[in-house]
Amino acid sequence: MTPVNPLLGDYSELFMLLAALTYTIAFLAFTIDLMRAKTIPPEPADVEESSEQSNRSRLPAQVGAGVEWSHSGTSPRGGSQGNAGTGAAGSSGMGYEPLRRPAARIGVAVSAIGLLIHLTGVLTRGIAAGRVPWGNMYEFVTTGALMVMAVFLICLIFRDLRFLGTLITGLVLVMLMAGAIAYPTPVAQLIPALQSYWLIIHVSIAVLASAIFTLTFCLSVLQLIKTRQERAGRPSSSGVMRLIPSAKALDQLAYRLNGIGFIFWTFTLMAGAIWAEAAWGRYWGWDTKEVWTFVIWVLYAGYLHARATRGWEGSRAAWLSITGYLCVVFNFTIVNMYFAGLHSYSGL
Amino acid sequence: MAPDSQTETQPGSLNATEMLQWAWRQLTSMRTAVQLLLLLAVAAVPGSLFPQRRANPAVVTQYLEDNPDIGPWMDRFQLFDVYSSAWFSAIYLLLFISLIGCVIPRAGVYWKHMRARPPRTPRRLSRMPEHGTLSLPAQTAMTPASAVEDASGLLRRRGYRVQVQDEDTDTPSVAAERGYLKEAGNLLFHVSLIGVLISVAVGGLFGYRGQKLIIEGESFTNTEISYDFFFPGTNYDTDWLAPFSLTLNDFDVSFDRSETNYGNPVDFTAAMTTRENPEAADRIETLRVNEPIGFGGTNVYLIGNGYAPMITVRDGNGNIALQGPVPALPQDPTYNSSIVIKAPDAQPDQLGFVGFFLPTAVVDDNGVAFGSDPDPFNPQLNLNSYYGDLGLDDGTPVNVYQLDTTSLTQLNGRNTPDGGITLGAYQTYDLPEGKGSITFDGLKRYVALDIVYDPGKTGALISTSLALTGLILTLTISRRRVWVRASTHDDGRTLIEYGLLARGKDQGLSKEALSIGAALAAQWSNTLHPANQPQQEGSKQ
Repeated sequence: MTPVNPLLGDYSELFMLLAALTYTIAFLAFTIDLMRAKTIPPEPADVEESSEQSNRSRLPAQVGAGVEWSHSGTSPRGGSQGNAGTGAAGSSGMGYEPLRRPAARIGVAVSAIGLLIHLTGVLTRGIAAGRVPWGNMYEFVTTGALMVMAVFLICLIFRDLRFLGTLITGLVLVMLMAGAIAYPTPVAQLIPALQSYWLIIHVSIAVLASAIFTLTFCLSVLQLIKTRQERAGRPSSSGVMRLIPSAKALDQLAYRLNGIGFIFWTFTLMAGAIWAEAAWGRYWGWDTKEVWTFVIWVLYAGYLHARATRGWEGSRAAWLSITGYLCVVFNFTIVNMYFAGLHSYSGL
Repeated sequence: MAPDSQTETQPGSLNATEMLQWAWRQLTSMRTAVQLLLLLAVAAVPGSLFPQRRANPAVVTQYLEDNPDIGPWMDRFQLFDVYSSAWFSAIYLLLFISLIGCVIPRAGVYWKHMRARPPRTPRRLSRMPEHGTLSLPAQTAMTPASAVEDASGLLRRRGYRVQVQDEDTDTPSVAAERGYLKEAGNLLFHVSLIGVLISVAVGGLFGYRGQKLIIEGESFTNTEISYDFFFPGTNYDTDWLAPFSLTLNDFDVSFDRSETNYGNPVDFTAAMTTRENPEAADRIETLRVNEPIGFGGTNVYLIGNGYAPMITVRDGNGNIALQGPVPALPQDPTYNSSIVIKAPDAQPDQLGFVGFFLPTAVVDDNGVAFGSDPDPFNPQLNLNSYYGDLGLDDGTPVNVYQLDTTSLTQLNGRNTPDGGITLGAYQTYDLPEGKGSITFDGLKRYVALDIVYDPGKTGALISTSLALTGLILTLTISRRRVWVRASTHDDGRTLIEYGLLARGKDQGLSKEALSIGAALAAQWSNTLHPANQPQQEGSKQ
């Protein structure tokens, strides 16, 4: 057993605080970005045009020797069919017009800096304890927040999800605050029940899945708001919601991410069962934590089925996704702290 | 699961067969599956809210005592046995029937589909959600047939199954399809879930689970009577018990002594001497949390531990009525433990003691002793004593960790004027009225072991691994069809049309369509201008 290093633990807490402050700036920047949505001027016309007709205008440059190519297909723009050009090559990938958004750029840049500071905080915590930094509630929540932020920023590489910035940085701040206020735990060695390599596998994947579900939760909430707005027939180009893509685009992205999250959650369940077998002699025993992990798994399975069922797609499926996430939060907070069971590792 | 049929008839004027068919269609419909899944999620929750007999029978008994009005009603609705209850079983069995009803027809369709060739090229590719055209200049040596061949090769390299059609006509085409494994993964996932259910059933039928508390120096032989608790599976035959034995030589505990986490446990290690069967040689093995010891398929797990104070009880006649370690049950992380001592051999009256064992006793301002540390720095017994009939002689099984004091007479206790018994290490206390004495001779540790044989667990592991594999396949693979048709324009140019279609929702289809279009364009501009080759590769994205 390597002894813990309390001094390094103190530094870790300082890094966490700095990360939270940085995220606060990012949160403000993302919020300003949304508030200014109405006043942001569209990109200059030439850029607009090139995104509208991305393929036709760009392709002749690629194709030589007199070969001509034209393509048309579905654009994700508002989910409408048969638009000329394809959104996939458009810059947003979420089917809305690209705009100049300096505040959002600042938000992303500051978030990235925050992530680095946050990562330092989590790493020093792990080094201070001489083990993986997820052995109690404080560590779950700080590592979880790190994972949420990382998943968000990684998704930004592929999709322009900056409209989620306020929600994500907001949630990450809540998580860090919860860690500091509700679950402060000094650096400690692991209790014997947690001394297993399955801790590394099972918990890390659980945290990753939860981070993905955090993202889809935000998407589903926005989807519901957007659906209501679309039903009311309000023009999407007005107000804060202007920067947020159509309900259909949100639904599709949430579905893809929930699919990935569900794979990870299934793995969490499996790895947990294998660990439970090694620790308690049974792979499944309906312990409170197991029950809630199962409930979440079934809810997301229901969501995946619902999306392919008439009458359940759209808003109903979004509600399932939201319910699933609320259960994830419940499982982490209430079940860990107040339900008696074998998974009593909150460190509180 | 089968998509909802478009023409659902109402069960108004149907005969029995039609009625059954209607019921079957309803049960195996996707909508029912979604509803059953949600119902299953809701039905699982009460098991986490109320104590469950399976995990904690004592807490259920206590709950029933504390709630005499609603408790029995809850019991009637099986709220203390949720996961074996009729209603919970009904939901998951219906779900599995629904699942089987979906998987079998789908497997049939899939089997046919696997053997079928990619479908014929539709007449109008421009109706496809993703489509495009390429035109190659007239002066090239390209013919429609060679263009289709090129396209076919390109699609095959991209993982499509291809079929060239109408080769001998003016408008040859290639039909291509990929993503067959998507449906295979879906089927594999659902079938594997049936495998999980069967594995659980096998474990429940042919396995067993037992509990045994062993004090340092004691031995255990794996026979039914040696267990404290023995829960055989429905079809388990005790002749199948593996003939191993083990001895607990020593149990080592260490607690965190750093400033911030003082008293947290950091290590539990049980040193065991084990024997695979009576003839086998002794082995020295270490049993730890998360590291069970295995005997064939039977595993021994370290579940709990505690202290067993060594007690000597002398009766009213001065004879030794009880001598040895008595396990105390820890109530909190500092090992404040409850203890029950029964001396049925005491004469003239049987003696019983109930109270607490504190490893490190500290007396607070009110004069009440409490435990302050899990290590035995100041071990102390705090007991109330009773005499009378302990109720052990009529043969009914009695919990050794509980003392029913209703038919006993109290000798002393915390509530009596002269107080209860407080015993430090090696101290003796003489009971009032000459009933005898009790001595605290020393301290041993014990381990609580779970011994489990579950023949279904390998099957469960394999099934869940397959389910995960299927899930990954079905959620990451897209099923797509591509058609490419070539023809010769009136002005001599070769015209190529392509169209893409996805099965189900497929966000990547448009990207794939562009990628294929670009690859075709690049390939043909290369053929026409071979010198361009290096840069053109890059445009494939």
